[in-house]
Amino acid sequence: MKRSKIALASVALAGIGALALAGCASGGSDEPTPAGGDAGAIIKVNGSEPENPLFPANTNETGGGKIVDSIYAGLAYYDGEGNIVNDVADSITVDDANTITVKLKEGQKFSNDEAVTADSFIKAWNYGALKSNAQKNASWFSDIEGYSEETDSELTGLTKVDDTTFTIKLSNPVAADFVQRLGYSAYYPLPEVAFEDPAAFGENPIGNGPYKLAGEGAWQHDVEINLVKNDAYTGGREAKNGGLDIVFYANLDGAYADLQSGNLDVLDAIPTSAQATFESDLGERAVNQPAAIFQSFTIPESLAHFSGEEGQLRREALSLAIDRDAITKTIFNGTRTPASDFSSPVIGGWSDSLEGADVLKYNQDKAKELWAEADKISPWSGTFQIAYNSDGGHQAWVDATTNSIKNTLGIDASGAPFVDFASLRTEVTNRTITTAFRTGWQADYPGLYNFLAPLYGTGASSNDGDYSNPEFDKLLASGAAADSVDAATADYEKAQEILLKDLPAIPLWYSNVNGGYADTVQNVVFGWNSVPLYYQITKS
Amino acid sequence: MLAYILRRILQVIPVFLGSTLLIYFLVFAMPGNPILALFGDKTPSQSVIDALEAQYHLNEPFIVQYFYYITGIFQGDLGNTFSGQSVNDVLARTLPVTGRLAVMAIAIEFSLAIIIGTISALRKGKIFDNVALVISLLFVAMPIFVLAFLAQYFLALQFGWFKPTVGGNNNWGDLWLPALVLGFSLYATSMRLMRGSVIDTLNQDWVRTAYSKGLPRRRVIPVHVLRNSLIPVITNSATNFGVLLVGATVTEAIFNVPGVGNTLFQATLRHEGPTIVSFVTVFVIIYVLVNLVIDLLYGLLDPRIRYVK
Repeated sequence: MKRSKIALASVALAGIGALALAGCASGGSDEPTPAGGDAGAIIKVNGSEPENPLFPANTNETGGGKIVDSIYAGLAYYDGEGNIVNDVADSITVDDANTITVKLKEGQKFSNDEAVTADSFIKAWNYGALKSNAQKNASWFSDIEGYSEETDSELTGLTKVDDTTFTIKLSNPVAADFVQRLGYSAYYPLPEVAFEDPAAFGENPIGNGPYKLAGEGAWQHDVEINLVKNDAYTGGREAKNGGLDIVFYANLDGAYADLQSGNLDVLDAIPTSAQATFESDLGERAVNQPAAIFQSFTIPESLAHFSGEEGQLRREALSLAIDRDAITKTIFNGTRTPASDFSSPVIGGWSDSLEGADVLKYNQDKAKELWAEADKISPWSGTFQIAYNSDGGHQAWVDATTNSIKNTLGIDASGAPFVDFASLRTEVTNRTITTAFRTGWQADYPGLYNFLAPLYGTGASSNDGDYSNPEFDKLLASGAAADSVDAATADYEKAQEILLKDLPAIPLWYSNVNGGYADTVQNVVFGWNSVPLYYQITKS
Repeated sequence: MLAYILRRILQVIPVFLGSTLLIYFLVFAMPGNPILALFGDKTPSQSVIDALEAQYHLNEPFIVQYFYYITGIFQGDLGNTFSGQSVNDVLARTLPVTGRLAVMAIAIEFSLAIIIGTISALRKGKIFDNVALVISLLFVAMPIFVLAFLAQYFLALQFGWFKPTVGGNNNWGDLWLPALVLGFSLYATSMRLMRGSVIDTLNQDWVRTAYSKGLPRRRVIPVHVLRNSLIPVITNSATNFGVLLVGATVTEAIFNVPGVGNTLFQATLRHEGPTIVSFVTVFVIIYVLVNLVIDLLYGLLDPRIRYVK
């Protein structure tokens, strides 16, 4: 999702970078690095200018997200494997499918010495949910009692018990999943001063996380933001370095050049121009691991020939006609992993052995057979097209995919380029699009539910293809209300098996996170959300 | 002369109104709702879309949006970016950076063009001339982004003479690499013009007269030849300035220079109406002013122009 916007910013130049850099791979020196680290060292990492003032409930993109995550601590955080670990919370208890009780640790403080109390959360959440505040993450509060999209209304489901205890009453029985979400930035607490002048606060935010702003004006717009260790923070993410300089880059080629010449310590994305060479450039310091990003193309239910039994046959045939292995190898240089379900390998509950997952394997004979069967119901006419935004580096794989379909099924298939991301999304949102279109999902929290409910649930916010299946909805609901993770996963697996039959979207591949670091730093671990765990990094 | 200057300055007003209206229309005509792009592949709720559209007047027809913009300008307010910063602040922060870059680039361009162009003309047909012409052809033919990537790769990464990107440090000394790229990309046309112009001037009667009067070469070339040869180069530099502004957008993005070009590049990607319009307008105004300055420079170089006015 937002990752695509980063690609978007760099892609115009990246293609040309490939021209200039092709074949000029430089060998980085791989000298061993001394152990231990300087606790006062500042780590230089890449970033992008936040799209909004730094307000947790209004930050939904990676540029601002990595800063907000560094300067705030929520009830819980996600560790390197994506497990949820209590941060400010002492305990989070599911009382029943609609009720959660939260107890906070004693003595937690914001960096201005204000205590972090139940009110810090209740007020912040109410601010984020209020319609007239138009916060980008408002929908994260929609399961709490009292939330309204139409009018300004208070979150009546939040009740303060005492200074360090509050309860959350949900309007939907999804407590088990709601607890999983609590590490997301929308749920961070805010100090009193935030509500006095939100705009000014967003420029110089005060948080309770492992880092704080180096001082007034530490955010130099379009240039960088300087963070230093916040000694008041005592949770599990305590910084092992002195601070972070997050440098904003307009394009990744420059950032990559800086990494190679030692001007940057950690880079969490690799420009397209260097994707073929970065592993040889950086050696052991190259990172290429699966990320929580799922990519697909969606065929709207309303498209001619794609509803009912005919539609099901055609969807299956299209999926079988795509050679995912070849495309991820040749087009993406192995920086994508062919999909085997609708989630991601870094998410608990991911599976490569779901019933019906064969539909994601390249099988020309079966594809032809199914397509012919569908033709018996109603003969195929016209062209099969996949719409994409041409500012996002998608042309290569769309062309390869439609070629694979064309060659297998013997039909006319091609890409349908849109000038930019905004125009594609407008057509998709307004339902005026007349072709299949590319879709992607980057999870907001490491939970299977997040890959399924917002995308394929009946009437869900990002259900761009208007898919609806009551049986699927029922399984999702029972998973979200389950009392154990295993029980929930079992429900989600069954739900995914329905998706593999109906194919509202054709799964393609999971994105890998590609990054690297300089030989000056150690302990660089990329988290489940593709952002390095900055607090663990040490510098010698 | 004063009336002339005043008239030229007054011309800036219709240029300003016309260009802002045109640019505003073009931004408005861009397909797609920029608010939706802010949410990635996720679809926000309608109420959030409505609220954000109202905040940036995106739900109004373009002429109303333009009206808000223009009234704002007369109150000294250029509007806000999507990230809530005032465009005034952004301009105040980025203009000096680009200004420094432009001054350095032009200085590099001129010194190279004048020195190499003159030597080439004086040694017409010799090895120096031929090599200089071939090299300049290379620079004319090469798009600026190719030059920028090559410079970044070789001069910064391989030889380590410069930092690959500029970033927060953008004092004079830090801008050398992008300035060199810009300077070299502009130098080729100026150098060729200079060369041609010097050759022309050398054949003029008054140069021959000067020599026959017994004036030494070191007096004839700088005073009689160069001063007269500079006129077409100066004229061309006005056009070159436009190229420089466009080039700065690309170069700043590649070298991560936090100047106007870089900001304009990002704002365009985000369809940020007020930011794009303000920045392009500033480009237009600078361009108009530079042309004015160059017209005045003619007068200094060629007294005939001064008196005809």
